[in-house]
Amino acid sequence: MVDILGGIIKALQMILSGDPMLYGILYRSLFFSGIAVILATLWGTPIAMLLGLKDFRGKTLAKTFFNSLIGIPTVVLGLVLFLIFSKGGPLGSLGLLYTPGAIILGEAVLVTPILVSIATTAIEAVDPEIMNLSRTLGASESQASITVLKEALNGVLLSNIASFNRAIAELGVALLVGGNIAGLTDVLTTAISRYTARGDLDLAIALGIMLMVLVFGINMIVITARKAKLLLTLGRSPQ
Amino acid sequence: MIVAVLATAVVVAGTLVYFNYFAKRRLIISTTTSLYDTGLLDELEKNYEANHNVDINIVSAGTGIAIQHAENGDADVILVHAPSVEKTFLEEGHGVNRKIIAYNFFTIVGPSDDPAEIEGKTAKDALKTIFAYGESLADQSGQTKIWVSRGDKSGTHTKEQSLWKAAGYNYTLISAEPWYANAGSGMGDTLNIADQKSAYTLSDIGTYLKFSKDGTISLVALITQEESLLNVYSAMAVNKTVPANQTLHEQINYADAMDFIKYLVSDETQQFIENYGKATYGQSLFYAAVQPLKNDAPQPVVSWIETAAFFEGSECPPQYRSDYPELYS
Repeated sequence: MVDILGGIIKALQMILSGDPMLYGILYRSLFFSGIAVILATLWGTPIAMLLGLKDFRGKTLAKTFFNSLIGIPTVVLGLVLFLIFSKGGPLGSLGLLYTPGAIILGEAVLVTPILVSIATTAIEAVDPEIMNLSRTLGASESQASITVLKEALNGVLLSNIASFNRAIAELGVALLVGGNIAGLTDVLTTAISRYTARGDLDLAIALGIMLMVLVFGINMIVITARKAKLLLTLGRSPQ
Repeated sequence: MIVAVLATAVVVAGTLVYFNYFAKRRLIISTTTSLYDTGLLDELEKNYEANHNVDINIVSAGTGIAIQHAENGDADVILVHAPSVEKTFLEEGHGVNRKIIAYNFFTIVGPSDDPAEIEGKTAKDALKTIFAYGESLADQSGQTKIWVSRGDKSGTHTKEQSLWKAAGYNYTLISAEPWYANAGSGMGDTLNIADQKSAYTLSDIGTYLKFSKDGTISLVALITQEESLLNVYSAMAVNKTVPANQTLHEQINYADAMDFIKYLVSDETQQFIENYGKATYGQSLFYAAVQPLKNDAPQPVVSWIETAAFFEGSECPPQYRSDYPELYS
């Protein structure tokens, strides 16, 4: 039998003693997922504004496309990216496979559908009158769009947090394009998988606790902030 | 949108610049899981990096993917344990300078009450007994599993297939039996599954001893150390000049790959391999292979290795060697 309680105690000791290897893995997780969300926000927000504000043919199709990609199995995306980044693949000559850059790009692609979908909903929920009002007040088209984006800021922020949670908790992409190289591309999830396979269960439990605290912690902050009305509820109903 | 494109470019460029100019030279080793999961490679990596300006990156995923990595030029050195696959690999020109670095024995493990009664038998007879036991089970619905296979094209999986063949079975039919489970995962996971299901499985000795000692599993080793269970590990450098797909192989770090292989076969490293884990487990996890083979030592295991893992009477026939003649003198 596995000594679960003993494992948890040892794991907590390792966390509290500030084991540099454990924290190295934690920082890499935070860093890769953080940059991935920033990248996804940079290319996802313009897409969301387009989908939320403009009318064009194929808009519903585009929205369905992003919505259905939310649930893409990470391991399938990991496989696709592995084939693309491998030396034999279309982007092989860049030599990105098994580097942090590959994980960051992969996770950015992974979270883009979530980000776009939530941000689009938030932007659509902004009262259309606000756009018209700013135009009336002499704002240019892009200034008016930015006004709408400001109104939808809470929703966009929520889309970032959801994306970050997805990125930090995913295994498939980081494992397949990062290669789980110790000290370079191993993150919380892939390291848990490695130490479980090696039978180093104390380490796996310690990393598991760190990941859970992180994910719960972020969600708690969101919920508390909402309760405190620091963040308003997603979107607003027309007045 | 422009910002987004720029940011993406920065990430890509940053990664490239870092690895090309600032990082130490990178040596990617794609390895079978058993060398990695026992912790041996971590130690070898530490020792090597202490004396060399090289950053060793270990990707551990099994022999199947290691071969694939090398074919695509995604790794510089591969450490594997599937001679039949290695032979094809050399013949196709993907690898050069094969060196047998270590050996140990696979073991057939199973529940301590040994319901099929295989203990004391040869591996061949044990599989026949397990087959008969499987066929005699009342439950043929596929719910009861008595054999768990890695099922991941790893060296261990390759070995398992050849053992079933040697026992006189068609592997494709065996793997479709209702009592046969296909784990499709690494050795650790497979041992865990076999333990949960009170089933038998084939394991490398290192992973088994570690899991057994930590109390993770209660399976016992029922059949050990015989010729058919021999497990031979070898290292190969990925060929830098593959005429068929040269572009994939241009960035191979061949010089460091060969230096690392020389390090593996050096007397000190061989001694280190032989002693690794001895204090913890009361027995070697891996045995040094270089000196016994070089001296053609009289132990039966030397001729076993030659039968199992030599091609054309050599660990690496001359046509698959390149430079570094000192490796084979």
